[in-house]
Amino acid sequence: MEFFFISMLNGLSYGLLLFMLSSGLTLIFSMMGVLNFAHASFYMIGAYIGYSLNSVLGFWVALFVAPILVGLLGAAFERLCLRRVHKFGHVPELLVTFGLSYIVLEMVQLVWGRTAVEFAPPTALQGPAFTLIQNSLNGLSLVWGAAAPELCTAADAAVRVVCSPFPATRGFMMMVALMMMVGLWLLLKRTRVGLVIQAALTHPEAVEALGHNVPFVFMLVFGVGTGLAGLAGVIGGSTFVTEPAMAATVGSVIFVVVVVGGMGSLAGAFLASVLIGVVQTFAVAFDYSMLMLLQNFGVQASAAMQDNSLLKLTLSQVAPILPYLFLVLILIFRPKGLLGTRET
Amino acid sequence: MALTKTHYEFKPYNVARWVIWSLFTLVLWVAPMVFSSNLGVTMLSQMGIAMIACLSYNMLLGQGGMLSFGHAVYTGLGAYLAMHALNAASSGAPIPVTLIPLVGGVGGMFFAFLLGYVTTRKSGTTFAMITLGMAELVFAMSLMFSEFFGGEAGVSGNRVVGQAFWGITYGPPLQVYYLTAVYTLVCVALMYAFTRTPLGRILNAVRDNPERVEFIGYNTQHVRYISFIIAGFFAGIAGGLATVNFEIVTAEVVGSARSGAYLLFTFLGGATFFFGPIIGAVLMVLAFVLLSEFTKAWLLYLGLVFLFMVMFAPGGISSLIMMNLRLASFGRLRQIWVAYVGLGLTALLGLAGTAAMIEMIYHLQLNAAMGPELKFAGVTLNALSTGSWFGSAFVMITGFGLFELARRQYVHDWDDTQVFIEKEIKRREAL
Repeated sequence: MEFFFISMLNGLSYGLLLFMLSSGLTLIFSMMGVLNFAHASFYMIGAYIGYSLNSVLGFWVALFVAPILVGLLGAAFERLCLRRVHKFGHVPELLVTFGLSYIVLEMVQLVWGRTAVEFAPPTALQGPAFTLIQNSLNGLSLVWGAAAPELCTAADAAVRVVCSPFPATRGFMMMVALMMMVGLWLLLKRTRVGLVIQAALTHPEAVEALGHNVPFVFMLVFGVGTGLAGLAGVIGGSTFVTEPAMAATVGSVIFVVVVVGGMGSLAGAFLASVLIGVVQTFAVAFDYSMLMLLQNFGVQASAAMQDNSLLKLTLSQVAPILPYLFLVLILIFRPKGLLGTRET
Repeated sequence: MALTKTHYEFKPYNVARWVIWSLFTLVLWVAPMVFSSNLGVTMLSQMGIAMIACLSYNMLLGQGGMLSFGHAVYTGLGAYLAMHALNAASSGAPIPVTLIPLVGGVGGMFFAFLLGYVTTRKSGTTFAMITLGMAELVFAMSLMFSEFFGGEAGVSGNRVVGQAFWGITYGPPLQVYYLTAVYTLVCVALMYAFTRTPLGRILNAVRDNPERVEFIGYNTQHVRYISFIIAGFFAGIAGGLATVNFEIVTAEVVGSARSGAYLLFTFLGGATFFFGPIIGAVLMVLAFVLLSEFTKAWLLYLGLVFLFMVMFAPGGISSLIMMNLRLASFGRLRQIWVAYVGLGLTALLGLAGTAAMIEMIYHLQLNAAMGPELKFAGVTLNALSTGSWFGSAFVMITGFGLFELARRQYVHDWDDTQVFIEKEIKRREAL
């Protein structure tokens, strides 16, 4: 039971991190039709800038300043490069961001080196947020913070006690992601700027005719979208590991999220991120293979079967490809994505 | 019943086409005699392989408007199948080494048939993302199934198997080169012929105006799917040739870096003209073999070149060549060549300054233990002295400043020639 809770929370927090990234990507895509291939690169820049600011000004300043800097970089990129190729169509736009991802990767390695850097979360976020204690006598209980060691050890050998801590950084990650989600929703639905953005989404010419500066709105959206990626970078970088490969590991997954959720649908992106986060986290935790399943059903495996790599494959080994399998299944059975509206 | 022509069609003997193809054959034939060193022959083989791969990629990107991030899946899986066929031949299966690349081709075609069904359901940016997902899927699987993919070490084989035919054992690299050259010539010719078939033409239409293609009764998804399978076949041949050439296949041949390289260099060569990817392929091998030896920052330079190419010359190098050929055919190239020399020299100056600074940063980051001094273009720079930095910055700023001046002059000259050409065309029409 406590295993289920902790895995669920871990999965949710990972899914929410994915949402922080995919929301920016979706926002940019639905506004401008631009698929930002370098979105995960902005995530990485966010992590590295956060790391540098963390060592000078502290984590909380970094958490606010790094996303703003990343957003400014994103806006500058939109102004200087993306706007120039806008007239060539969507594929050159994608190619420009593809080129940027190469440059960012090399630049990051140039400035911060090729190995992982030590980006520790602040002391307030180190250690567990709460600990679940599964006691075979007293049942399940919850202790805020770290549990005292005497709670986790039983004097009696017959009593089984398991303590499962939930890291505070992951809790913080969930909190920030939820706050961001609410903030984004309020911005889009409840403010004038949001109205203009939504209108520019479907009727750019009409919005321009009403006197709004649509290219500026585009720049703003690109800046905000990349800024959100930067925010995710500061949090993801301090929770996981800050290294030059971090963009590649998360990059392809967020593209899967966007397609699975339905191109351009924020709600779909949310659903798909959480789904993929939870499924992947649970899959990693299970070490079962087809072979074990067969043996559980009483099938006597021959020596050849025991050596078969397909049957030997455990669920945790399959975990990295689950998002992509999911993508294939969605495309076959529901080509427009979970909550998407566009057919192509 | 024989078709009878209702009217006389004037069909000139297409001299230019015969000249170009004969020249291409001649170049393929003579090249290893010019670059006869071991490195030279190996690089030429790799260029032939890269040409097939990049042209098959351009069948998607240039002709079909399908931006794929996973083309290495088909070259790579073709290479794996070819390697298994080669190993089967070693243990007695009756497969001649000459036909091993074809095995790769059939393998690539099979996987394109299988995976293409899902990827080609969409077009445009969604297609791009799905191919990316597919590439990740195959790469992750390659580390899972070690029977087929050989795990981290890959699968290796020996190409000198079976009876020597006319003394051809494929032992010496030169024989492998000529095998590659024959395949390259045939594949390039076939892929060119594909652009002239009705399918190739309708593929162009699907790229340009899918809605209209649907209206005249074609299924765009089907057109994309068939073209994807054909592209997969040629990609697989490239993979099979790579197998014969390297005698080892590792998981990185299906990796995303390889796919990215195909995209990058096909685009640099130029996706809008048939011969663009051939230029791209030559550049790819030069960059991978020579540039990566020359500087550690080569990926950064590559990314920057690519970015500027997309922004300022989206047709790639081939479009630049064609634009200037047009100019030359109107006899205006001589009016502008001074501007080209100016542009080239100032750009070189600016780039030298920039590159010196990049190299110094790389040196500080990677080789700090070897002292602050480094050699750059015959000059010894000290990465820790302000003098080197100021010098480099000065060279860079001067270079780019002069470049801007040269560029303004060039734009002015270029516009003049274009106005002239427009007038000339009108004049000829009026005649």
